[in-house]
Amino acid sequence: MDALFLARSQFAITTVYHFFFVPLTLGLSIIVAIMETLYVRTGRESYKQMTKFWGKLFVINFAMGVVTGIVQEFQFGMNWSEYSRFVGDIFGAPLAIEALLAFFLESTFLGIWIFGWDKISKRLHLLVIWLVAFASNLSALWILIANSWMQQPVGYVINNGRAEMVSFAQVVFNPNIWTQFPHVISAGLATASFFVLGISTYHLLRQVENRDVYRRSFQIAAIIGVLGTVGVIMSGHSQMQHLVDTQPMKVASAEALWDSEDPASLSLFTIGDTKNREDVFAIRVPGLLSLLALDQLYGEVQGINDLQAQYEAEFGAGNYVPPVFITYWSFRAMVGAGFLMLAAVAYALLLVMGEQLDDKPRFLRMFIWLIPLPYIANTTGWLLTEFGRFPWIVYGLMKIADGVSITVPSWSVAMTLIGYTLIYAALMVATIFLLAKYGRRGAGTELPEEVTDGEPAIALVGD
Amino acid sequence: MDLNILWFILIAVLYIGFFVLEGFDFGVGILLPFLGKDDKTRRMMINTIGPHWDGNEVWLLTAGGATFAAFPEWYATMFSAFYLALFLLLGALIVRGVAFEFRSKDQHPRWRSLWDWCIFIGSLVPPLLLGVAFANMMHGMPIDADMNYVGGFFNLLNPYALVVGLMAVALCVVHGALFLEMKTADDLRTASHKAAWRAWPVTLLLVIAAAVGTYLSTDILLHLGVNPGTIPLAGIVTLLLAGYFIRKNLTNWAFIMTALTILFTVATSFMILFPDVMVSSIDPAYSLTIYNASSTPYTLKVMTIIALLFVPVVLIYQGWSFWVFRGRITEESVLEY
Repeated sequence: MDALFLARSQFAITTVYHFFFVPLTLGLSIIVAIMETLYVRTGRESYKQMTKFWGKLFVINFAMGVVTGIVQEFQFGMNWSEYSRFVGDIFGAPLAIEALLAFFLESTFLGIWIFGWDKISKRLHLLVIWLVAFASNLSALWILIANSWMQQPVGYVINNGRAEMVSFAQVVFNPNIWTQFPHVISAGLATASFFVLGISTYHLLRQVENRDVYRRSFQIAAIIGVLGTVGVIMSGHSQMQHLVDTQPMKVASAEALWDSEDPASLSLFTIGDTKNREDVFAIRVPGLLSLLALDQLYGEVQGINDLQAQYEAEFGAGNYVPPVFITYWSFRAMVGAGFLMLAAVAYALLLVMGEQLDDKPRFLRMFIWLIPLPYIANTTGWLLTEFGRFPWIVYGLMKIADGVSITVPSWSVAMTLIGYTLIYAALMVATIFLLAKYGRRGAGTELPEEVTDGEPAIALVGD
Repeated sequence: MDLNILWFILIAVLYIGFFVLEGFDFGVGILLPFLGKDDKTRRMMINTIGPHWDGNEVWLLTAGGATFAAFPEWYATMFSAFYLALFLLLGALIVRGVAFEFRSKDQHPRWRSLWDWCIFIGSLVPPLLLGVAFANMMHGMPIDADMNYVGGFFNLLNPYALVVGLMAVALCVVHGALFLEMKTADDLRTASHKAAWRAWPVTLLLVIAAAVGTYLSTDILLHLGVNPGTIPLAGIVTLLLAGYFIRKNLTNWAFIMTALTILFTVATSFMILFPDVMVSSIDPAYSLTIYNASSTPYTLKVMTIIALLFVPVVLIYQGWSFWVFRGRITEESVLEY
C-alpha cells in the first residue's frame, strides 16, 4: 500500500463521511427556518414545537458536519501538499472566503439560535435561523467553486510551475458551478425532506396526541421534497450535458460507452470487461444517450477508447480511463435513487393534497424506509464526479499522483486513515443513536435534567 | 502597503483572534474535571461557552484558509510537516466539538463521562500542540531547498517546543478560569476565582521559561534584538497586571489582561518569524518567506478587498453575540447543553 493509494482512500472516506451530514444540514436548515417563520407569523404553538423538534435533530447532525469539515480543509495541505502548491493561488481563495463569509456566519448565529430563544425577540430569533440556513448554503457555494475549478480550470495561466489566477470573476462564475451548485442545493432539500417525511411517518403511524405537528411537517416536507427532487434531476441532467463538452471521459465512463456511437445508445444494464474495454452483456436503448446528451436523436457521443487515444496524443502516454465499474454503477445508483425519490415525493404530495395521510398506513410506512435513499444518491454522486475525473486532480493540468504530499511517509498516512475511519465510525454510531432517540421521542417533550445511576442509555422502542 | 506584509499581519490577527477567543473555551474545557464536581456544575461550565465555542473555532479555520490563499507554499509545507501533530489536533477538535453537542443528550452517567473526557482532552491537546507548532516554526525546522520538511515527528517534541506548548495550556487555563468567574455565580464563581489565582503563578513561570527559551532557541536576537521592544514586554506586563487584578477581585480587568497577554504573546511569535514564515534549520536560504511562499499580487489584492469588506462585519456580529449572552449562568438558568 503506497502513500498515494492510502491518501486517495483517506480523502474518499473523509469526503463521503463529510457529505453524509452536509446535505441534511443544507436542507433541514431551510425547513426549520420555514417552520419558525410559520410560528412567528401565526403564533401557533404547534409550529414552535415543530421548530424545536426538527431543530434539535438539526443541531445533532450539524455538529458532525462541522467537525468532519475541519478535516477537509486541513487535508489539502496535509496529504496533498504538492497539489496545494500548484493550485493554491487560485484554490485557496474560495476556501478562505468560505471560512470568512460562511463558517463565521453559520457558527456564530447557530450558537445564538440554540441558546437565545429567551434572550432575543421572536423576530430576531427567526432572522437568526434564516442566517444559519443562508450561511450553510453559501458555504456550499464557495467549496463548489473550488471543486468546479478542479473539474474545469478557468481564469488562470500556468506560470512558475503553478496555476496563477488572472481573473477572480472567471473563477467564481465558472460555467461548471451553474449546474453543480443547484444540483447540490437541491440534493440538500431532497435529503432533508425524506428525513422529515420518514420521521413524521413514524409518528403518524402511532396514535400520538400532537398529530398536527407531524401532519404539517409531512406536508411541508412533501412540497420541499418535490422541489428538491425535481431540481436535483433537472440540474443533474444539465450537469451531464455540460460534462459532455468539458469532461467527455466522465460521461463515457458513467455510461460504460466503450466506443463512440452516433447515434449513441443509453445503457440500462451493462456487464463490462474493463480490461478489454468492451461489453460482456448489455441492455441498451438506441439513440437515447444522444437524446439526453445532445437534445437530439442523432449525434456522436465519444467513447472511452477514442478518448483514451485522444488524451494519449494530447497529454502523453498513460491511463486516462476512470474505474468504469465505479463510475458506471455509481451513476446507475444515483439516478435510480433519484427517480425512486421522485416517485415517492410525488406520492407524498398526492397524499397531502388528497388529505389521505391517515388513510393509507401501509403505503405511508414506506417513507420510514426511504430515509436512506438520498444518502445513497449523495454518496454515489460524489463517487461518480470525483472518480470520473481520473487521472486528473485538476482536469487537464495535474494528475492525482503528482499532487500527493511527498514528505509524508505511507505509515503516517496509514495511521491517519485508520484513525479517521475509526473515529468517524464511532461518531456515526453516536449520531444515529441520538437522531433515532430524539426522532422517536417526538416533539413537545423535554429532556430530563438529572443524571440518574443505571438509567439505560437506549430507550425502548415506542417509549 | 506591501500586500505580502499586510497578509502576514492579517494571518497573525486571525491566529491572535483564535487564541484569545478559543483560549477561554479551551481553558473551561481543561478545568471541567477540576471544577465540575457534579453533573450540574459541569453543565453550567459547558453552557458558559456553549453559544461561543463554534464561532471562536472558526478563527482557526479562517487562519488556515487565509494561509492557503495568501501563502500556499507555507500552507503546504507547514501542514505536511506537522502531519501527525495536526492529525492529533484534528482528532481533539473533532471529539470536543461533538462532545459539546452530544454530552447532555442522554442521561446515562457513562455516556456523559465519556463525552466529558472528550471535552477535557479535546481542550488540552490543541493549545499544547499549537504551542509546539509555533515554537518549532520560530526555532527552525529542517526544510530543504524545495520547501519540503525533511525531519520526522519526534524532533518536533524538543524541550523548547514543549515549554511553549505548556505555556499555551497554562495561559488558556488562567484565561478560561477568569472567563468562568465572569460568567458564573456562587460556588462555581468562587471556585473559578481560586483556580485563576492558582493557575496564574504557574503561567507566569512558564511564560518566563518560554521567553528565556526563545532567546536560546530562536532568531529573536537577530530579528528583535536584546531589547525585544514594546509588544513582547507588554505580554509580561499584562500578565503581571492580571495577577494583580485577580488578587483585587477585579475579574473583568483580569480577563482583559490575560486576553492581552495572549494577544501580545502570539503577536511576538509572528514578530520573531517575520519576514520568514517557516525558518529552515538546514540553511537560512531555504527558509520560506512572505515573498517566496506567497500567492500572486493579483490574488493578494482580491483577498485584501474581500477581507477589508468582511472582517469588520464578522467582528460586529460576533461582538453582538457576546453581548446577547452577557449574563451569568446560575443554578436557575435554562441549560441548552
